[in-house]
Amino acid sequence: MSALIEVDGIGKNYGNVVALHDVSTVVNAGEVTCVLGDNGAGKSTLIKILAGVHQHDSGRFLVEGEEVRLGSPRDALDLGIATVYQDLAVVPLMSVWRNFFLGSEPTVGFGPFQRLDRRTGRETARKALADLGIDLRDVEQPVGTLSGGERQCVAIARAVHFGAKVLILDEPTAALGVKQAGLVLRHVAQARDRGLGVVLITHNPHHAYPVGSRFLVLKRGASLRSAEKKDITLEELTRQMAGGAELEALEHELREVSSP
Amino acid sequence: MTTLDERVAQNGLVSRLIVRPEIGALIGALAVFVFFSIVADKFLTAAGVATWLDDSATLGIMAVAVALLMIGGEFDLSAGVMTASTALVTAILAVEVGLNVWLALLLSLVFALGVGALNGWIVVRTGLPSFIVTLGTFLALQGLNLGITRLVTNSVQVSGMRSTDGYESAGFVFASTFQVGDTPFQISIVWWLGFAALAAWVLVRTKFGNWTFAVGGSAPSARAVGVPVRRTKILLFMTTAAAGWLVGSINILRFTTVQANQGIGLEFQFIIAAVIGGCLLTGGFGSAIGAAIGALIFGMARQGIVFANWNSDWFMLFLGIMLLGAVLVNNTFRRRAERVRR
Ligand SMILES: Nc1ncnc2c1ncn2[C@@H]1O[C@H](COP(=O)(O)OP(=O)(O)OP(=O)(O)O)[C@@H](O)[C@H]1O
Ligand SMILES: [Mg+2]
Repeated sequence: MSALIEVDGIGKNYGNVVALHDVSTVVNAGEVTCVLGDNGAGKSTLIKILAGVHQHDSGRFLVEGEEVRLGSPRDALDLGIATVYQDLAVVPLMSVWRNFFLGSEPTVGFGPFQRLDRRTGRETARKALADLGIDLRDVEQPVGTLSGGERQCVAIARAVHFGAKVLILDEPTAALGVKQAGLVLRHVAQARDRGLGVVLITHNPHHAYPVGSRFLVLKRGASLRSAEKKDITLEELTRQMAGGAELEALEHELREVSSP
Repeated sequence: MTTLDERVAQNGLVSRLIVRPEIGALIGALAVFVFFSIVADKFLTAAGVATWLDDSATLGIMAVAVALLMIGGEFDLSAGVMTASTALVTAILAVEVGLNVWLALLLSLVFALGVGALNGWIVVRTGLPSFIVTLGTFLALQGLNLGITRLVTNSVQVSGMRSTDGYESAGFVFASTFQVGDTPFQISIVWWLGFAALAAWVLVRTKFGNWTFAVGGSAPSARAVGVPVRRTKILLFMTTAAAGWLVGSINILRFTTVQANQGIGLEFQFIIAAVIGGCLLTGGFGSAIGAAIGALIFGMARQGIVFANWNSDWFMLFLGIMLLGAVLVNNTFRRRAERVRR
């Protein structure tokens, strides 16, 4: 059986900025592929290629064994790849349920009389959010009035609801408190156990390690380490991320700062 | 699993305070109505009502279309002059070329849709502000209106629609009157109300309406979840142009004459009516019914001041105050809805 997603030596430039160079990884059904790395390492760039927002300049991108080039996020969605972006891709002034269904609205009627199925929309959104443990009293309220964690959950619930095969999450835990981050990670594990392939982007090895099956560490657009869970420990992963010697230098610096 | 409950309760209250965008305009319209009913005797007579509804109607058609476009995050400064361009195209084709009025109207509609599509296409392709792009179209159309009219007729107007083929039937559709009691009301009022109702339905009940709010509220987010942002915006520009055609057709068939310099300056009235009706200048929020009510306020005040025998200078003062009030109210709504909470 071929992998849900496979990238092979993929690269991307923004003008003369090399954002990504020769990166390879796979995403299998029922597994979580974690992408780690510092700010500007190219994590968002990688998943934007997978999500159809950007196109790769080199290398190969395969979905279920077929080489593809996604022209738009719509193409990715049609292949069953759903994404929760770092900036969440919600429209703050629109209501929760309208955001939930944006781009995939349920309708009734035909031809010129086709209209939104508002009741189904509201009920489905409410239920999908309740499944994530978010009990919104009013799905008509603008998304802009929700807290950061709630907004994250709306975006995740939407992706889980529409993402048939692959769920991509760009730093879903970055803005969250400990409890809400735990909640989000639990849903990542749930999605994995339901047979979805998950791509989890994060800064935090402590978030990645418990749920991850495979780890890809990026640094300045290049692959620093790619490992199966059995081949790497949390300590090793943490050290890789900070870049060994650099971490020691940082510890040294921090000691100097804290001792007046 | 219930860690969020207290916050949800708070948010529910906040959201309940955010009322519909047209509420402010509705209150304003009531106030203006009551005020002029008291100060001007003729205001509440059947003839008076017919007059201010007529004044509101063509403005209202445009305000509704411009509101849709503004909700979609764009402006169209060529909308005012478009009402003259389409009337001129129809008149020249019917009077000078000798086409049947219906055919002339059809070709004029094609012209309008073409200009609308061009506006939209340039805006989505270049990413330039529509303010600048449509300012260019505005100037270009203004020049074309004068230049071509002068070339064809050696004057700056086209007249003589009354003697053209199909004038009777087209006039019936676009420029007839209907009786309520013994007072004639313009058919444009029906077009206005019908168009506003249709636009309101499209906006809140259809996919396209949902996409309109989304492309105006956050175009990158809309694109990321699969909304065809470019198509939506281009269609909105085309809708505005088509509304310009409707108003141009109503005008040319009613007055049978069109001046080549007509329509200039109206574009700001459309935007003002839409803003009074609750549209945000930044897009993503507003209402079609609100824009129709904004136009009604406009018409009532403009004619009310005439009925009250005041100098029409006061209208501008009134307009300025209405606009400022509306912008302040709208801004409060937006800040409530957009406030980033953690
Ligand atoms: N649209 C763009 N145009 C030009 N350069 C870009 C663009 N997007 C990203 N970059 C650059 O590409 C590099 C990788 O950016 P990317 O957003 O993928 O990083 P990241 O790993 O997601 O970082 P963070 O952890 O801060 O989210 C950065 O140097 C960034 O400045
Ligand atoms: Mg990023």
